[in-house]
Amino acid sequence: MIHSLFLINQSGDIFLEKHWKSVIGRSVCDYFFEAKEKAVDPENVAPVLQTPHHYLISILRGKLFFLSVIQTEVPPLFVIEFLHRVADTFQDYFGDCSEGVIKDNLVTVYELLEEMLDNGFPLATESNVLKEMIRPPTILRSVVNTLTGGSNVGDTLPTGQLSNIPWRRAGVKYTNNEAYFDVIEEIDAILDKSGTTVCAEIQGVIEACVRLTGMPDLTLSFMNPRLLDDVSFHPCVRFKRWESERVLSFIPPDGNFTLMTYHVSSQNLVAIPVYVKQNISFFETGPCGRLDITIGPKQTMGKTVEGLMVTIHMPKAVLSANLTATQGNYSYDLATKVLVWDIGKLNPQKLPNLRGSLSMQAGVPRPEENPSLNIELKIQQLAISGLKVSRLDMYGEKYKPFKGVKYVTKAGKFQVRT
Amino acid sequence: MTDSKYFTTTKKGEIFELKAELNSDKKEKKKEAVKKVIASMTVGKDVSALFPDVVNCMQTDNLELKKLVYLYLMNYAKSQPDMAIMAVNTFVKDCEDPNPLIRALAVRTMGCIRVDKITEYLCEPLRKCLKDEDPYVRKTAAVCVAKLHDINAQLVEDQGFLDTLKDLISDSNPMVVANAVAALSEIAESHPNSNLLDLNPQTINKLLTALNECTEWGQIFILDCLANYTPRDDRESQSICERVTPRLSHANSAVVLSAVKVLMKFMEMLPKDLDYYGTLLKKLAPPLVTLLSAEPELQYVALRNINLIVQRRPEILKHEMKVFFVKYNDPIYVKLEKLDIMIRLASQANIAQVLAELKEYATEVDVDFVRKAVRAIGRCAIKVEQSAERCVSTLLDLIQTKVNYVVQEAIVVIKDIFRKYPNKYESVIATLCENLDSLDEPEARAAMIWIVGEYAERIDNADELLESFLEGFHDESTQVQLQLLTAIVKLFLKKPTETQELVQQVLSLATQDSDNPDLRDRGYIYWRLLSTDPVAAKEVVLAEKPLISEETDLIEPTLLEELICHIGTLASVYHKPPSAFVEGSRGVQHKRLPGSAGSGESVESPDVASAPGVSEAPPAVIPSQGDLLGDLLNLDLTPPTTTGPPPPSSGMQMGAMDLLGGGLDSLMGDESEPMGGGFGAAPAAMPASFTAPVSGGLDDLFDLGGGVGMPMGAYSPPKTVWLPAMKAKGLEISGTFARRSGVVQMEMTLTNKAMSVMTDFAIQFNRNSFGLAPAGPLQVLTPLSPNQSIEVTLPLNTVGPVMKMEPLNNLQVAVKNNIDVFYFSCQYPISMLFAEDGKMERQVFLATWKDIPNENESQFQIKDCHLNSDAASNKLQGSNIFTIAKRTVEGQDMLYQSMKLSNGIWLLAELRVQAGNPNYTSLQVSLKCRAPEVSQCVFQSYEAVLKN
Repeated sequence: MIHSLFLINQSGDIFLEKHWKSVIGRSVCDYFFEAKEKAVDPENVAPVLQTPHHYLISILRGKLFFLSVIQTEVPPLFVIEFLHRVADTFQDYFGDCSEGVIKDNLVTVYELLEEMLDNGFPLATESNVLKEMIRPPTILRSVVNTLTGGSNVGDTLPTGQLSNIPWRRAGVKYTNNEAYFDVIEEIDAILDKSGTTVCAEIQGVIEACVRLTGMPDLTLSFMNPRLLDDVSFHPCVRFKRWESERVLSFIPPDGNFTLMTYHVSSQNLVAIPVYVKQNISFFETGPCGRLDITIGPKQTMGKTVEGLMVTIHMPKAVLSANLTATQGNYSYDLATKVLVWDIGKLNPQKLPNLRGSLSMQAGVPRPEENPSLNIELKIQQLAISGLKVSRLDMYGEKYKPFKGVKYVTKAGKFQVRT
Repeated sequence: MTDSKYFTTTKKGEIFELKAELNSDKKEKKKEAVKKVIASMTVGKDVSALFPDVVNCMQTDNLELKKLVYLYLMNYAKSQPDMAIMAVNTFVKDCEDPNPLIRALAVRTMGCIRVDKITEYLCEPLRKCLKDEDPYVRKTAAVCVAKLHDINAQLVEDQGFLDTLKDLISDSNPMVVANAVAALSEIAESHPNSNLLDLNPQTINKLLTALNECTEWGQIFILDCLANYTPRDDRESQSICERVTPRLSHANSAVVLSAVKVLMKFMEMLPKDLDYYGTLLKKLAPPLVTLLSAEPELQYVALRNINLIVQRRPEILKHEMKVFFVKYNDPIYVKLEKLDIMIRLASQANIAQVLAELKEYATEVDVDFVRKAVRAIGRCAIKVEQSAERCVSTLLDLIQTKVNYVVQEAIVVIKDIFRKYPNKYESVIATLCENLDSLDEPEARAAMIWIVGEYAERIDNADELLESFLEGFHDESTQVQLQLLTAIVKLFLKKPTETQELVQQVLSLATQDSDNPDLRDRGYIYWRLLSTDPVAAKEVVLAEKPLISEETDLIEPTLLEELICHIGTLASVYHKPPSAFVEGSRGVQHKRLPGSAGSGESVESPDVASAPGVSEAPPAVIPSQGDLLGDLLNLDLTPPTTTGPPPPSSGMQMGAMDLLGGGLDSLMGDESEPMGGGFGAAPAAMPASFTAPVSGGLDDLFDLGGGVGMPMGAYSPPKTVWLPAMKAKGLEISGTFARRSGVVQMEMTLTNKAMSVMTDFAIQFNRNSFGLAPAGPLQVLTPLSPNQSIEVTLPLNTVGPVMKMEPLNNLQVAVKNNIDVFYFSCQYPISMLFAEDGKMERQVFLATWKDIPNENESQFQIKDCHLNSDAASNKLQGSNIFTIAKRTVEGQDMLYQSMKLSNGIWLLAELRVQAGNPNYTSLQVSLKCRAPEVSQCVFQSYEAVLKN
């Protein structure tokens, strides 16, 4: 099971360690530092490393490495999932998961880690349960605690942990009962030079915010559930009903949670909302190149494309860019060689264009690689897969809740090759 | 207000100040002080000096303060064991607290204090907590057993906690079940044979019920535990699969992968024509694809596992090629794995797409990735024949880019393509030659030299090209030097007139100026070969090479089967069996996939999780570094080619013969290496031609073995596996012993389960109790191709060196082939050694019987044997156990028998058979012998002979 956890910042300092079994010396991290050194970029460090006596499994979240040490055969996915859960919990508790925030809340962090894992076995990882035992710090509560001598550790048994629905706390009460669902879809796609789709798929997620009194039993149904290729559910969803009727039936956790994630893959045709016409070339003679990019709407289902942004990782030899944008601003970071063009809203009448010249380092051969374009965009009120929620029913409680469903489509890993 | 305030006190008297605060009367001040202590502790400051003061704060009703003190205790108890005892009372008291949270917390913390003295006090509270009415306490206590086991395993066993833990598997609360399973699994890992998780259909049912209701982490433990179970039949297998499939839709990817493992394993048992089998296959693909949209770390582990799944069942993901396409900002470790899987999935249907992608990748920034992409193109060419032409033209395009490392990789893979499709794409050689100068990596240089040598007749200036390499001969790496030597010899054999000088130059460089033994040996061999018999040289050097196939990069089937059983574990990430690297788990058991239904053996197929059979001694594989084998290791293992009598017709000198026999295989072995992947089959033609006359000379030996048959009907046990392929790099040996026409024989089946050809088999025995030794060399005349088996009979004599073994009939064997030397031990039935002249005179028998002291007599019962005395007597006679006299006393037949061991020891026996009574089916054997140690073995033989 999980032996120890080290938190390591970008510059390679261990700023927190926690051991669930015997103490393992910090020197074990040297193997990790070695690998980090070799990988150059922090995101390229292999997540599973073998050392003579231990295994190191790490994740990179934000700018922090969560490095766990294990000694026996443990499913690596289990460890990685758990580490992400730890990071999520910090995010949830402190609103951020950075070195500063963690150092500011060290004792709470320690209490959390102690509560999440016992002897390497996960104990309480549901945010609802944890919050019952260790209350998240708020300025108000700190002040009250100091004045009254109260504590931020609950002293009742977290009841949810023992019921059949460990994700929901008992005795929830709200004056305004509301249930909101966000259907968020991300398009992962690769387009080739000519604009043809090489591959495209949609990763969807339904995020819920449910604030309902008592023990509501909800049923969410879709207009077109057969669209979904693969689904993964929050443990609260009754799988049998999904199998037989294709509806989501569940008693929700209290507060924010991910109800389901789904996948619409290449078997179905994925609509590509924009097209990109681009030409990036480097001349054989002379240290310069040309860049010309135009973006236009393709399949937007009549909605507006917003938050449009293009990111290009330029070859190392590119020194500067002298470009003109008909819309939005561009910037070129010399250190990271990243060109960012922030366009904003896409106006179909007047297509945004970025063109100009690139100046190169003299005496360096023409770069071989072709930089890829990374596109970001957002379309409100549209689930690009066509998924639609048809209705939400509540059983088990008498009151009438406010209900709402929002759709949004974003670009995930949306790349255009040149 | 944040915790950072706790770090502000960095003054000198910090510890002193804290001490004062800890002893303060004010609760709030105390708590703040403990928090400061904890904060210092977390950043690695030593605050152990405050131990007594902090422990004093423990007796409080404030839960937070209690928890903080517990945190401190866990950290420092080890360094202050005497002080920690002070805390014991509070723990014991807390374990009886009315609040289950406190009870659980106390038992949990106590388990974390790794001090021996404390663990003794822990037993009673733990026992109570394991039976607590509150499931929260029970589930915490279950984990505590694992903790305690880690500290003091003996204590846990003595106190019977393991049994209590096993009972908890039947607990009504799913969370308790899950934790009990987790704890047992962890304990079982350090006790591989303890059979802790005794899985039967009832427990399986309980686990499956708990699976639906426990937490995601509990589901992982339960699924991993389920994977160790072997269902009785395909119906049970199907019903488990049906109940596990919903887990594929879990949000936690570790749950999904563990479920995939269970399904992949149990699927083996389902008949392929079953509808459900097809349904299941379809259900597996989407969750695997979804894993790839998770965080990169998860993707990596998923990809390593998908790599295994694709090799075992390519049909699952054959339509999902696109999800493995590489995005430019994927981490490098994800990119490389995706590439690997793309090649595995490449087929005629999708090859165009794949090639387009690979070409795209070849222009990326990352050098490692680009290299692998270029290699991938070559692998596609070898895998999908129809695409070869397109691959070659893609490679030529890439060579045109003149990017140095791309060109070098391309040349290395083109060489492989030449080997796979000879005489097809040689037109591109001209283009390759243009890039000769830019090659600076040994592998690429060696590849290019190989191409020049191999196609010397088509390259006009081959001699010039090779000569140019020769100038810096000593600066080249060994790989290039060896290749250059071979290439020039090839050139010479093809164009002898113009290149004599060149070949002499290279031979002298290799033999005289080099201190590399490989190079020197190869040089000498070529030299002698060329000077003795140029025709033979031509046959050897220019022999037709076996084609290479795409399988070279596949995982061996036996290893793959084991790895499939370990999906989701570290083993699956490293693609190595757990025994190869997991520390601390002594004697990890090899897991095997269950056999498929309908094959009949599935029911009896060895239970992967159960302990090895006790009754029959399984053939033990001796670890290769065993010290007891010291003398065995020193034995000279000679390949068969040299031990046979020299062929009388051969005109060659003995010396040359020796040199060739010993050196050739190493030469051939070497040569195949630089050609990219150890195809090993090169010597195929060679040893056969040398050994042909030898085998003729040994024909009579063979006749002895197979021809005469077995008029005596001597009992020979069925073949058992002596050396599993797992332990011997793919060589599996099963065998038995037989005595035919007075000669003891070892009959073996050698099976090659590896990917490459095996040659040069030889065998040796360690000294043993009866001086058994091979009477001749091991006759494996043809190389053993992959997946081929060969039956070998090895005649034995009993004149070898003697050493007493335990058990007496134990035989330690070393088998050598071109890959390695392997050791195993087996047991032979002692009846093999009973001589034909073992019939004693009646008078002598009587005298001897009396002469041998009674303490040398031993008695055995053979149960359930339905034989009358005559049948028994006949059967035994077949194995040279002779009946001398027969008496009938009170309805019992008494047979007096004698036998003689090969080393001259006589054995006398009295066999009692209940003649007229069919209900009484036991036979009684009394054995008398001057060397009573053999009795046990003889009895085993009796039983084996009579029951077969």
